Amino acid sequence: MSEKAVKPAKRARTEMPVQPPFVRIQNYLEVALGYGEAEAMAEASRCIQCKKPGCRQGCPVEIDIKGFIGKLQQGDLPGAYKVLREYNSLPAVCGRVCPQENQCEGMCILGKNPEKTGGAVAIGRLERFVADTFAARLAGGDAACLQITGETACHMSRDDLKVACIGAGPSSLTVAGYLASLGIKVTVFEALHEVGGVLVYGIPEFRLPKSIVRREVDAMRDLGVEFKTNWVGGKAITVQELFDEGYKAVFIGVGAGLPQFMHVPGENSIGVFSANEYLTRVNLGRAYDFPNYDTPVFKAEQVCVIGGGNVAMDAARTALRLGAKKVSIVYRRTKSEMPARLEELEHAIEEGVQLELLCAPLALNADENKRLVSMTVQNMKLGEPDASGRCRPMPIEGDTRDIPCQLVIIAVGTRPNPILLEATKGLALNKRGYIEANPEIGETSIHNVFAGGDIVTGAATVISAMGAGRKAAKEIAKRLLGAEA
Amino acid sequence: MNYRILEKKVLIPGQTTLLVIDAPHVAKKAKPGNFVILRTSEKGERIPLTIADCDPVAGTVTIVFLVVGKSTAELNTFEEGQALHDFCGPLGKPTHIEKQGTVICVGGGTGVAAMHHIAKGHAAMGNRVVAIIGARNKDLLLFCSELGNFCPEVLIATDDGSQGHHGFVTEVLKQRLEEDKNVSEVVAIGPVPMMEAVAKVTKPFGVKTTVSLNAIMVDGIGMCGACRCTVGGETKFACVDGPEFDGHQVDFGELRLRLSQFRPQEQESMALFQHKCQCGEGK
Repeated sequence: MSEKAVKPAKRARTEMPVQPPFVRIQNYLEVALGYGEAEAMAEASRCIQCKKPGCRQGCPVEIDIKGFIGKLQQGDLPGAYKVLREYNSLPAVCGRVCPQENQCEGMCILGKNPEKTGGAVAIGRLERFVADTFAARLAGGDAACLQITGETACHMSRDDLKVACIGAGPSSLTVAGYLASLGIKVTVFEALHEVGGVLVYGIPEFRLPKSIVRREVDAMRDLGVEFKTNWVGGKAITVQELFDEGYKAVFIGVGAGLPQFMHVPGENSIGVFSANEYLTRVNLGRAYDFPNYDTPVFKAEQVCVIGGGNVAMDAARTALRLGAKKVSIVYRRTKSEMPARLEELEHAIEEGVQLELLCAPLALNADENKRLVSMTVQNMKLGEPDASGRCRPMPIEGDTRDIPCQLVIIAVGTRPNPILLEATKGLALNKRGYIEANPEIGETSIHNVFAGGDIVTGAATVISAMGAGRKAAKEIAKRLLGAEA
Repeated sequence: MNYRILEKKVLIPGQTTLLVIDAPHVAKKAKPGNFVILRTSEKGERIPLTIADCDPVAGTVTIVFLVVGKSTAELNTFEEGQALHDFCGPLGKPTHIEKQGTVICVGGGTGVAAMHHIAKGHAAMGNRVVAIIGARNKDLLLFCSELGNFCPEVLIATDDGSQGHHGFVTEVLKQRLEEDKNVSEVVAIGPVPMMEAVAKVTKPFGVKTTVSLNAIMVDGIGMCGACRCTVGGETKFACVDGPEFDGHQVDFGELRLRLSQFRPQEQESMALFQHKCQCGEGK
């Protein structure tokens, strides 16, 4: 590929092969199958290597996107991986779950005039290709070091410099990977029995195979990161005890785990679940493979999922795969206000998920055994835009209807989990109950205690949690290693 | 840290078993009223069990369980020296224990085990603890002698009259409350109908009544809301707001129905497990 800027490609984005909808709703395997080499090279060649790339500004961790795609254009896969890895500890995850259309791809110059240019470069798909292909080529020996840093040798682990992470989700994993690659000994305390946080309990296998998460975690283990599962921060161990045990810094990445309910009548009926419970049973508990696995999940013919975000899409698509005849997403605004990623919404609709728009639950109706039979909804119309810039839904007086359903999954957001926060004296919280942290370095009101991810921002994306983890890790490294970092 | 079983004691053959688990970090922190969540295997379900006793010096936690379904049936096949796959705790808010005089601790069935730890906590605080325990017959009574170590009185009720009062624990409790006006608190742990009946008995006496709710749980750390209960008209999570609540405020009817939520799957899982056992496939 020549150094000269290439003319904008007129070729459309290279499609990524997917399992057809009628096939994939019969299984729990990954929907998007990923590019092969020819597809990846074809897509990479569409990138015009802008002088001032917009894509990078759209990325919360500022990946040198032009750089990694440039390496790919030259056929240098390890080089492309190394560029990615400098900025992102979980590229295989981000290539799958990032909302690229609002981030890097949303800023790609080719996306400004899609009729002429064929649309934005499929950066996420390329990131996934590079991460998966590179990992597949690794074997034994220096593999972990290569996978985490793109370098063939990592720093020797220094046991005198210990850092603890509480929670094992995307932000903590980022901190652990970054610090371990510099030779700092990291211990990650996780409350559940499996490492990964929302990546294992929340995001379904068909969007993010657990084997991908395990691959990243295993590489960290090989680099000396210790994972202690079944340890609840604030219960089994407190922040002060960690310092007493010689940890030099503590990173809090416990997520925003508490499910929000709607406080409508009948919400405790049998057949009403938080999306957290429904997805945790299916993903962490592998209830899709019950009774081979012991955790059960509730099944019904008619299912309503309340909410319009990615979690709602995941729950709806899961319910379809578990055999529901009709699954409806109930949302109080319209399709264009839905916060879900476009691809998730499109996949859900292709698979047969119905949309019940402009209506909000008023009551969940149960029979005499408290089993859910239907949901009464208030029909809405759109009013003026509110603070979020989205049109405010307004009830149409007296206009209600009943939707028959035996399973309702509530996906209307989460709140901070107070267990660790209440057990940590002197930790300043904001008025919504999340941790106050310095946005530049992630430090909390307690010296050498850092925080990042949803427990600081409220429910957000995997990549923004990783961005926060990265900032905190850099600062921790600077403090611990001084000029060495 | 491998959660090894140091001791196994069959309390009631085929029904109730006591396990002493090696879990120093849990033992160090566990207080009366706390519970743990364990899994038997990689494919296992997370099951919550209230702690029956713990020894921070030895680093052990004692649990007692009733075989009710596949997970507990499988747990019952574990022998000394074997290790549990996962053991997480301590979870839940500990019992509120203060110096207050006479406390009556009522236990029914396997609930006596959890009640034992709470009674012990009250006794250690210097409260006079009267234990009332019940079972169908005298062979099914649990923790009778252990309670005797620190309770000046252990009152017994059996359904068949084979030991102590012929009838229910609630009848013994009622009589006691009528005779003794200085009872400051009643703690009840056992099957839902028993706790409901205890709360009904204590209500007219105006005695503070604490019950421990065994709701269905998944994570046990407030993430999912599976264990939500209605207490005083408000939704509470048994795992993080409880498991102990004011017995006079709990909607027991709702709890009972919610406990039946997965009954068909539980039966399917248990039938499959028994079939495998009979075919000699083991666990």
